[in-house]
Amino acid sequence: MRIVVILKQVPDLVEEFEVNQDGSDIDREYLTLLLNEFDNHALEEALLIKDATGAGVDVVGLDDSGIDQSLYSALAKGADRAIKLTGLDTSSGWVDTHARAAMFAGWLRGETFDLVLTGVQAADDLDGQLAPILGSMLDLAQVSVVVGVHVADVHVADGVSAEQEFAGGVVATLAVTTPAVIGVQAARQPPRYVPIAKIRQVQQAGGIEQVAIAAPSVGAGLAVRRMYSPEQTSHAEMLTGSDAEVAEKMIELIRSRGLLK
Amino acid sequence: MVNDVVVIAEHAGGALTDTTFELLGKARQLADDWGGQAIAVLVGDAALATQLGAAGLVVTVDGPGFVEYTSDSYLDAVMAAIGDRAPRLVMLSTTTAGLDLAGAMSVRWDAPLVSSVVAVVAEGDAVVATSQIYGGKIMAECVITADRALVAVIAGSFPSGAGHRDGAPDVEALVPSAQGAARVVFRSRAEPAAGDVDITAVDVLVAVGRGIGSKDDIELVQEFAEAIGAPVAASRPVVDAGWLPKTRQVGKSGLKVKPRAYIMFGISGAPEHLEGMRDAELIIACNTDAKAPIFDVAHYGTTVDLFDLLPELTEKAGG
Repeated sequence: MRIVVILKQVPDLVEEFEVNQDGSDIDREYLTLLLNEFDNHALEEALLIKDATGAGVDVVGLDDSGIDQSLYSALAKGADRAIKLTGLDTSSGWVDTHARAAMFAGWLRGETFDLVLTGVQAADDLDGQLAPILGSMLDLAQVSVVVGVHVADVHVADGVSAEQEFAGGVVATLAVTTPAVIGVQAARQPPRYVPIAKIRQVQQAGGIEQVAIAAPSVGAGLAVRRMYSPEQTSHAEMLTGSDAEVAEKMIELIRSRGLLK
Repeated sequence: MVNDVVVIAEHAGGALTDTTFELLGKARQLADDWGGQAIAVLVGDAALATQLGAAGLVVTVDGPGFVEYTSDSYLDAVMAAIGDRAPRLVMLSTTTAGLDLAGAMSVRWDAPLVSSVVAVVAEGDAVVATSQIYGGKIMAECVITADRALVAVIAGSFPSGAGHRDGAPDVEALVPSAQGAARVVFRSRAEPAAGDVDITAVDVLVAVGRGIGSKDDIELVQEFAEAIGAPVAASRPVVDAGWLPKTRQVGKSGLKVKPRAYIMFGISGAPEHLEGMRDAELIIACNTDAKAPIFDVAHYGTTVDLFDLLPELTEKAGG
């Protein structure tokens, strides 16, 4: 079995976001980029399948700034190959999901694989999520919001078993014919850690393969007219003062409602 | 161009979902603006069509293959229902089914899609959809001038009232053409396991989000929670990281809570979380980002660092 895991980096959501001068994008100058957390879960799920069955795991990303770090980290965790697709201009920082999907579809059409796993969503998915768009481009079965993928299930002849999560934590178990594209919400267990030293070691050995893909001619079909920080219509009353004073005010708010046990 | 607006209805446990009515109310308004009609597409459980009175037309697709939702067969069904109707706009929710279907429909129907939408307006012939991205921290106003478009809307963006109307919409029952073997087959469903604490049944909840940074530091939150006799709840990233069990998760994919006080640390207020807690009576939020969307929802807030604040709170609550 061969599993392809698609990775991308997104800005760290813990940070403050500013909009650039012409309001067309976020200001990327000082942003920290991290591997999309859902992609990290997709990688973990793939590695769990590898641990159990010996499946091959390839990680692939577009030639975005910083992607090498995520690819090397994935190799250090146990991925077998890392591939970087070149040919799409990503220098502006943000690339719509349809264009990204077209790049991955362009590559996957020439590959043999059983599963494509990627994060169910990313924080900058303005024009939709990668898994269903890619799945449709390749005309493959696709399932989103998945919290577990099991292979070699006796009940599934030519596919895998996937757990899809619905509102309120209800989970449906599905038999999915492969090859399939799966959007992972959470792996069966938290993503594994890998020591920085090991990532450095892998990095020194190199090993990211580059593949040139023709850039897609069509995009998402929408224009961003303006980006802005949400207007704060009903703003919270801000508690100010020293740490101790703010703590005192918070306790008083709870106490005055008779809620302090 | 046909100026109809299609809503992909969703149902669970024999009832239409709230988001279906939220979309339908908005669809009707937009269709009125454009001089078209609101059309609801209902896959499975065709008997629910009578409740979709706000629609001018309900297209149902029902049969043995549609008893349970599966991405593949429902996608075929909604595409068949749209057929050659050529609506101006198709509206879905950012639910699990909405995430499955919206992107796939955008490819199959060759239509632009805006996701995580909180507002949609008609501007002449154009659709202007505002998307809330980067965990709710940035709004992006998108203009679609193509003759067709899709939006996937965040729950709670529109009032559901306008979608609840008595009426007798025309119902068109579509007989699905014979499909090949389904690529996605439903096998079973499991309700979430009960946890040690029922966070939906307590007066006070202390909640922690990704701002806490590490599993070890959750202890700081737990100490304060213990001091005030409250359980600790969490937003999705904390649960996905395995720092707290799933039974403590508040939000779209977790539990909906309505405590008398909800005290939150390091939660910026992504739509997924707000969906589960915005009705709490008293909301106090601690987040170092003064522009975090949580401060729109909270009644009281502070930008004091949670690592400085929590020890003070624990001390004062115990004293």
